[in-house]
Amino acid sequence: MTVAEIHRLLRERLGTIVSDELKPGDWPVCEVRGQSIAEVCAILRDEPGIAFDCLSNLTAVDRKAADTIEVYYHLFSYAHGHRLVLRASTPRPDPILPTVTHLWPIADWLEREAFDLLGVRFTGHPDLRRILMPEDWVGHPLRKDFVEPDEYHGISTRRESLLKL
Amino acid sequence: MSTHAIDVDVLRETGQGIATEEMTLNMGPQHPSTHGVLRFVVKADGEVMRRAIPDIGYLHRSIEKIAEKVGYHGFMPYTDRVDYVSAMQCNQGWAMACEALAGIKVPRRGEYCRVIASEFGRLASHLLSVGATGMDIGAVTPFTHAIREREYINDILEELCGARLTFNYMRIGGCAWDLPPGFVGRATKFLDRFEPLIDEYNELISFNKIYVERLANVAVIPREMAIAYNLVGPNLRGSGVKYDVRKDAPYSVYPEFEFDVPVGTGERGTLGDSYDRYMVRMREMKESCKILRQALAGIPEGPVVAKVPRTFRPPVGEAYVRVEASRGDMGWFVVSDGTAFPYRVHIRTGSFAAMAIIEELSKGLMIADLVAVIATLDIVAPEVDR
Repeated sequence: MTVAEIHRLLRERLGTIVSDELKPGDWPVCEVRGQSIAEVCAILRDEPGIAFDCLSNLTAVDRKAADTIEVYYHLFSYAHGHRLVLRASTPRPDPILPTVTHLWPIADWLEREAFDLLGVRFTGHPDLRRILMPEDWVGHPLRKDFVEPDEYHGISTRRESLLKL
Repeated sequence: MSTHAIDVDVLRETGQGIATEEMTLNMGPQHPSTHGVLRFVVKADGEVMRRAIPDIGYLHRSIEKIAEKVGYHGFMPYTDRVDYVSAMQCNQGWAMACEALAGIKVPRRGEYCRVIASEFGRLASHLLSVGATGMDIGAVTPFTHAIREREYINDILEELCGARLTFNYMRIGGCAWDLPPGFVGRATKFLDRFEPLIDEYNELISFNKIYVERLANVAVIPREMAIAYNLVGPNLRGSGVKYDVRKDAPYSVYPEFEFDVPVGTGERGTLGDSYDRYMVRMREMKESCKILRQALAGIPEGPVVAKVPRTFRPPVGEAYVRVEASRGDMGWFVVSDGTAFPYRVHIRTGSFAAMAIIEELSKGLMIADLVAVIATLDIVAPEVDR
């Protein structure tokens, strides 16, 4: 099955949940309604002719101007060699998406990373907590409006230039 | 699963062993065999682990955030630090992502230089990996043999770019420097010397009975599990999946070279055990030598870098490229908003997935096997945290 055929199948089954447009490229991109992302992923993984058995990457991007957070799911199939990118948007003030950990176990850590650095909450995630930043860190550093705190536990994060000392 | 895995409850029910209780042990963050700063919370019952829970983030240097501040060209030296054991391929991943965004074509000589640098980087990285595997499970001498050869490779790469670890060799559009005079001859001479040494190393340690016993049948990763956890590179191939980005989603000039993709066979135990992962690396070194010989012999004349503006402003868009780094398929995702600074960079690394699988993999293993698992999964902590 080609990626265009996969896209058509998704459109037939799910209607407007999946965008009409498939952006061509090495990794074709299609837009998916955020709240249905797990449902779409389940079809993509389990349909025999499609069989996206691998979640190659999951990245969240802060689109401050549009007041949304986009999450990219890069799907790859070892069985067939095809690739597809799903892009799901969620409102920036309260970003919530369903988890896909039950489909691909690697999503556990990737979603934790997206939660840690951009504050996306994945409903149904078994253990959603910070992964890279300290547990008591305030804020999500890859948000575009993140302001670095002046100090952390009494340690200053500011430093004079070595040339000025 | 693993024939070495021991079910404590079965032991207790059948009246074997003595009464024990579950202990929570801390391993790391500073531990000689954790290959960088990382920590495990080990729930153990006697010598048997119920679970080893990885705790990462100790080496988080916010490289992705830095990318948003320093611009496209300026980010190149930082990519070295993503995986400092094998920095060349990180350079290449970043360069390729930027080239994909802007549609830049690298001159052929530049691509050859990249392949030569990358494959030497792979040799150096695999040498450290296989050497450290021996050391971690108690065989210290082989490490010195592996490191001796790695030093020669560092010499070669130093000739190429002036650095021995964090190379900063590649540029968007090609490479920073052409090969120095006499490089091809010296590199070929090294390969002549090095290739027989791989066999010698195998004789020295790979077929040693104690060594085989420590790795065979330990921490078996079945094929489906490897794919579902997105294991990549030698770890994936150790489980019998014949997939190599250089071969199956080719980039650069790799399609021009003849080489094989070694996979695990379960030769000493079960398919996908620690020994398979180890042997895949040993065999890959031979394949890298093959590629290097072809690249050195066939390198074309011409420039090594394309003309790229000093202020690099790729068009609005996004790119996801994968390179076959030493720790496998490394994904570089970059979003451009049309300015001179990347809007978002995400680096998906092989060690991240390898770390994520450990909690599941560790169930029922001996505590002493945990270091064998870390070593044969070839985890490099900075690559996990970035």
